[in-house]
Amino acid sequence: MAERSKLVEVTRKAYLPERDADKSPVLETVNLGITFGGLKAVDDFNVTIGRTEIAGLIGPNGAGKTTIFNLLTKVYQPTHGTILLEGKDIHGLSTAQINHAGIARTFQNIRLFSNLTVEENITVAMEPRIKYNMFSGIFRLPSYWKGEKIAHERAMELLSIFHMEDFASAKAGSLPYGAQRRLEILRALATNPCLLLLDEPAAGMNPSETAELMENIRAIRDTFQIAVLLIEHDMNLVMNICEGIVVLNFGRVIAKGSPDDIQNNPEVIEAYLGKKKEA
Amino acid sequence: MKKKKNLNFLTLILVIAAYAVVAFLLYSGGLKRQISNMLIPISVYIVLAVSLNLVVGLLGELSLGHAGFMSVGIFSGCLVSIALEPYLPMVARLPLCMIIGGLVAAFFGFLVGLPALRLKGDYLAIVTLACGEIIKNVITNLKLTGGALGLNTGSIYSAPKQLLPYAIVLVLLTTIVMMNLKNSKQGRAIMAIRDNRIAAESIGLNVTRFKLVVFMIAAFFAGAAGTLYGHFFANVKAASFDYNMSIEILVIVVLGGMGSVPGSIIAAIILVALPEAMRSFADYRMLLYAIVLILVMLARNSAGMKNLLERIKPTKLINRLAKKQVQEKEGA
Repeated sequence: MAERSKLVEVTRKAYLPERDADKSPVLETVNLGITFGGLKAVDDFNVTIGRTEIAGLIGPNGAGKTTIFNLLTKVYQPTHGTILLEGKDIHGLSTAQINHAGIARTFQNIRLFSNLTVEENITVAMEPRIKYNMFSGIFRLPSYWKGEKIAHERAMELLSIFHMEDFASAKAGSLPYGAQRRLEILRALATNPCLLLLDEPAAGMNPSETAELMENIRAIRDTFQIAVLLIEHDMNLVMNICEGIVVLNFGRVIAKGSPDDIQNNPEVIEAYLGKKKEA
Repeated sequence: MKKKKNLNFLTLILVIAAYAVVAFLLYSGGLKRQISNMLIPISVYIVLAVSLNLVVGLLGELSLGHAGFMSVGIFSGCLVSIALEPYLPMVARLPLCMIIGGLVAAFFGFLVGLPALRLKGDYLAIVTLACGEIIKNVITNLKLTGGALGLNTGSIYSAPKQLLPYAIVLVLLTTIVMMNLKNSKQGRAIMAIRDNRIAAESIGLNVTRFKLVVFMIAAFFAGAAGTLYGHFFANVKAASFDYNMSIEILVIVVLGGMGSVPGSIIAAIILVALPEAMRSFADYRMLLYAIVLILVMLARNSAGMKNLLERIKPTKLINRLAKKQVQEKEGA
């Protein structure tokens, strides 16, 4: 008979906003990790995100934040761990299928379709939801006009969130930097996600633009009833709009909790500012 | 948007008008034989260039095997046409054979594209180049296609006068497909893949599927044009549809401008008519292509050249001259 084994604590500490506590989380990762050669870029990453939560992912440069986005969207294949989206394991799905399942993202270095117009950048993201086939598209059958009309109206609706209707027919590559970032968010929204991943949405924005962006992110959450996970270095933005925050350092989670918890966490302060010299 | 639509419409009208004039001259006997013999090759090259433009301009991938797909279309279409010749009149036979030739070419496009489209850039270009050569060599060594002597298509040979209506329909169809595809949801998806593959995947586009579809449509039109081309000769040899021809089609696309349908049409007309016009320089034709291609690339891509072109623009020159005169007058 085997020796009686000692019990160890295995439950992961998970936080959800009170509002979402009674609903199943939209995203749950279990011991998610990836190794590049011998380097553990992300290790044992556990996070739970509520249905309508705005969550933040922060950490010093090179902590593995963008790598986590790439794992969630299967740009990288995780070497271990599980991702549960709306309770379902998304193992084996491709990047495109992940998007169909409900995760949409933006990129740290903007990746717009720069030769397409602003409107086309949004309507192209609705591709699977515009109902006409290639034949009716080429021969301009009624279903083409109907589909295009619906797509146009929806695109204009989305553009109105950021008051960008006037730029609809401008080339996306010719937009100013801030507008390109906003357009990327709209393009992601056009895919009808349940979870929106924003990679440094406020990078390169001035304080007043950032303040506006904060309002916009909140408004997007409220109107679309979706969850948002964002990576950001602007602590003002993170502490202001995020309900749950995860702090990453060297690929490991060092702290989780509300903005207040994080601000007073000694480990977080050490990760950002270094250790106090012993007197 | 509106401007684009007008341009598309204008292109179609111009193509139709040009063909109307040519058809009138041809049927009233006002065309020299030298020119009437160029009509079918010009039409075929327009179809080839516009369909390759779909791959190069819209999808942004370099394919050097277009002549191979054309070759597949020529031999499959013409073999069927020869077999059907005693039973069907040309009106039914030629369109049917063009469709068959196109479909067989599209199938080959699928076969080649399935593994090849996992590659991109130079690697894809090399693989498609090799595939075109493989197709050529296989056809040259098949008994069915007449081996190295070529396929005798004497029984189905038709004069330009008989072939022109079919050529017109094929050119218009290709032009419409290319233009309308560009402004449909599938066209947007294809251009999105060209602009940024990673972002295209992130918004849920199935990149491989779209690439394959584009490859197959391009191969279909190359095959259909090939069948038409085969009916224009009394004998077709696979050896004449080698990489030189693929490059020739690519030159037309690049000269006309990537993604531009009117450009491809104009460049096709010039590059097919040019060798006829300067027969005595025939040996230097490929050399000329290379030089022109390099010049176009330079002009399109280097900032210095763009600047120079901008400066020597006729409107700019006139403006500057006018300014100078005004200044001189004021000075005096």
